[in-house]
Amino acid sequence: MSLDIVQMVLVTIVAAATPLMIAALGELVAERAGVLNLGVEGMMVLGAATGFAVAVETGSTLVGAAAGAGAGLALSALFGILTVVLSANQVASGLAMTILGLGLSGLVGASYVGLKREPAPHLRIPGLTDLPGIGRLLFGQDGFVYLAFALVAGVGWFLWRTRAGLILRAIGDDHTATHALGLKVRKARFLAVLFGGACAGLAGAYLSLAYTPFWAPAMTAGRGWIALALVVFASWRPLRVLAGAMLFGGATVLQLHAQAAGLGLPGQALSALPYLATILALVLLSLGRRQGGSLAPAALGRVFTPHR
Amino acid sequence: MAPVAPPGRTEGPTPLFGAYGIVKRFGDFTANDGVDLEIRAGEIHALLGENGAGKSTLMKILYGLLEPTEGVVTHRGDVVRLGNPEAARALGIGMVFQHFSLCENLTVAENIALVMPPALSGGTLKARIGAVGATYGLHLDPDRPVWSLSAGERQRIEIIRCLLQDPKLLILDEPTSVLTPGEAELLFSVLERLRDEGRALLYISHRLDEVRRLCARATILRGGRVVGTCDPRAETARSMAALMVGAQVGEVKPPSGMLAGPERLVLSGLTLAAPGLHGTALGGVSLTVRGGEIVGIVGIAGNGQAELFDALSGEALAPEPGMVRFDGVASGRLGITARRRGGAGFVPEERNGHGAAPTLSLSDNAILSRHATAGLSRFGILRRAAAKALAQAVIGAFDVRKAGPDPAAGTLSGGNLQKYLMGREILAEPGILVVNQPTWGVDALAAAHIRQALLDLAGRGAAVLVISQDLDELFEIAGRIAVLHDGALSPAVPAAETTRETLGLLMGGGEPVPPAPPPAAITPDLAREPTHAH
Repeated sequence: MSLDIVQMVLVTIVAAATPLMIAALGELVAERAGVLNLGVEGMMVLGAATGFAVAVETGSTLVGAAAGAGAGLALSALFGILTVVLSANQVASGLAMTILGLGLSGLVGASYVGLKREPAPHLRIPGLTDLPGIGRLLFGQDGFVYLAFALVAGVGWFLWRTRAGLILRAIGDDHTATHALGLKVRKARFLAVLFGGACAGLAGAYLSLAYTPFWAPAMTAGRGWIALALVVFASWRPLRVLAGAMLFGGATVLQLHAQAAGLGLPGQALSALPYLATILALVLLSLGRRQGGSLAPAALGRVFTPHR
Repeated sequence: MAPVAPPGRTEGPTPLFGAYGIVKRFGDFTANDGVDLEIRAGEIHALLGENGAGKSTLMKILYGLLEPTEGVVTHRGDVVRLGNPEAARALGIGMVFQHFSLCENLTVAENIALVMPPALSGGTLKARIGAVGATYGLHLDPDRPVWSLSAGERQRIEIIRCLLQDPKLLILDEPTSVLTPGEAELLFSVLERLRDEGRALLYISHRLDEVRRLCARATILRGGRVVGTCDPRAETARSMAALMVGAQVGEVKPPSGMLAGPERLVLSGLTLAAPGLHGTALGGVSLTVRGGEIVGIVGIAGNGQAELFDALSGEALAPEPGMVRFDGVASGRLGITARRRGGAGFVPEERNGHGAAPTLSLSDNAILSRHATAGLSRFGILRRAAAKALAQAVIGAFDVRKAGPDPAAGTLSGGNLQKYLMGREILAEPGILVVNQPTWGVDALAAAHIRQALLDLAGRGAAVLVISQDLDELFEIAGRIAVLHDGALSPAVPAAETTRETLGLLMGGGEPVPPAPPPAAITPDLAREPTHAH
C-alpha cells in the first residue's frame, strides 16, 4: 500500500513540474541565443486563457493546447519585434509583456470564468498502467507530461548535436563575432524567442486544460517566474532543468501538504523555496567554477545592433 | 625618398581579385573614396594606412561584410557581388580578424565548425584540424574552450578556420598586434608558405618593418584614397610612413644627457594575489625609477601588466605600505587621490571606460582625474570654468583634434583621445608618471607626439614608467627595460645593452629569470642612496 502512496506523491510532483519544465525549456533556448525574456509569466497566462477558451469552444483539448501555444507565440513575436528587430531593452520589454499578458488573459478569459472541463485524457494501456508502484507514474500520464520529457531530450539534442544548435549557442555567446562570420544573428534570435513563447503558452495551456481544468484570472500564480529561476538554477542545461523542475515541483507539492497537515512552517516560506534554491545553486556553481569561462550565455541580455 | 608609382591599374595579367573605384559612404562620411586595389595569386600584398585611412572598410567590403556605395569587385576579371561573407567564402576569400571572431565559451572545434559546411563535423572535423595543424605547425587541441587559450593560440584557430576552406585569398588584419616576437616569426613562416602555395594574401598592418620583410607590393591609403603603390622592399620605413601620414614623421629625439636623478619610484618586493579567476598574481616585483629616466616594462598581454598598473595607481592596494614608494613616501596603502596629491600621474591602458568616461565631455573628464590636484572644486562644488580652461589647455598643448568646443570623450578618435589623456596628466607636471600601453591603437603621428611628450617630461626630471607590448616603442624612448612574465619582473637592463631576441625570450618565459634582489635588503635609507650612476 505504501508503494502506492509514494507513487501518488510522485505523480503529483511530476504534474506540478511539467509546466515549469515546458516553460523553462523554451526560455532556455531563448537565453542560449542571448535573449532574456522576462515575459514568460505573461505568455504563460495568456496561453492558459486562450487554450481554455478555444478548448471550450471547439471541445478539443488538442486544439486548445495548440491555441495556447499560438497565443504565447504571438505575444513573443511582439517581444521579438521590440527586442530583436528594434533593439529595445530586453528587461523593460519583457516586464511589459508580462503585464500585457496578464491583462489580455483577463479579457480573453472573462466569459469563461467558472466553467469546468474534463481534464486532458491520461494514457491508459491495459496491464501496464495497472502495474503496482510504477504503472500510473510511467504509463498513466497525460500527453503534456510525455511532451515535456520529449522536449528535454529534443532541446538537448538540438543544442549540442546539430549545426543550427551550435550556431544558436555561438550567437548567445558573442553576437559580434558570429555576425562577423556572416551568421544571421537576428533571425536566429527571433526564432529562439518564438520557440520560447510557444513553450510558455503551451505550459499555460497545460495548467488550464490538465492540471486544474478551469480558467481563473492570474492562475499561473508566478510559475513563469519560477521557470525563469529554473533556467538559471539549471545553468542553462536541459537535463538540469528536468531535475530542477522536479525539485521545484516537489517544493510546491510539499507546500500544499504542509498547509493541509497544519505544520508549523508557514506556506510562504515554502513558496520561497525555489528562489532560495536558485540563489544557493548560483553560489555553489560560481564557487565550483573552473578557471574561467562563463556559465551563462555571455551575450545574455545584450542588445545587438548590426551596422551595415 | 624613392619614387612611388601613381595609383591606378597596373600592367600585368588579370589579377586574382580586383577592387576598382570603391566608394563607401556612411552618411556624410566617406570612408573609401575611389579606391583601386589589385591582388595577384602568389603574392603578399600589404595594405598600409593610419587608423581611419579606410583599411578596415575596404577589407570588410572584400569579405562581404559591407557593400560599397560605388565601385566593383572582380574575381579573375569578372565582376562579382559580395553580398555577405558566405559569398566571399564561396569565392575563396578567408579572413583573420584583428579582434578575433571567436566565441569564448565554445571549444576550438565548435568555433571552426561554425563556418564549415554542415557535412564536416564531429570526428572528421577534428581530424582535419589536426592534419592542417601538423602541416603548417599550428598545433591546437580541438576540445579546449577558447577562453583558456592565449592570443597566439586564438589566432591559430582563425588561421586554421580559413585554411580548412582552402582559400585563394587570405586577408589578415594587423595579425601581429597580439603576438610575441617568437609567435610572429612562426606566423611569418606560415604566411610565406601559403604564398609559395600560390595563394594571395592581403596583409594589413602599420608595422612597416614587417611589411618590408614579407610583402612584395603595398597599397597605401590615406583619408580613404590610395596615395601610392610601391615595392616595400625598395622603400625605407620612413618613406612609407611619410606616405601614410602625408607628412614627415618627426623622429623622436631622446634628450642628450640623461641625468641620474634621485630615486622617485621604488617597488620593493611588491606581491599581490591575483584579483580574480582571469588575473595574474604579482610575485615580488622590485624596480627603481629615477628622476629623469624612462623605464619600460615589456611583456605579453595578460602577464600582470594590468595588475601592476593597478597596484601603482592605487586601484589595488599593496599588502605593505613600503612595497610602493613615491618620492620616499610609503604609498602602498594610499588611495588613488592621495597618490595623485603626492605628485604622481597615471594613464591606464583602456581609454574608453578606464581612462575616460566616453559619454562625458572632455572638461568633465578633466575633473575625473584632476579634481584634487588642479583646484577644480571648492567645498565640493565644481568649478566648471576652471575645468573648461584646463581642458582647453590640454587640447591646445597636445593638438587634440575634435568636433565642437567640448565634445564627449567617446567621439574622439583613439589617437586624439589618448593625446588628451596623456596631456591631462602631463600638464599636472607629475613627478612620477605611470603609463600603460601609451600608443596602443594610435596612429604613427599621434604616437610620435606622445612619445616625445614622455621624453620631455622625463627631461624635466620626472620618473616615467611605461608599460608596453611594443618593443620598438620601448627601444625608442626607454633608458632601461624590464620584462614582466607571469607576474614576475626581470631586472631592468639598459636598452642599449640588450636585444629584441633576448627580451623576446624572456617575454615568452623561455629563459629562467634571474632572481630579483631580496626585498629585505632594501630599506628606505638604502633605497635612496644611488647604487649606480648612469
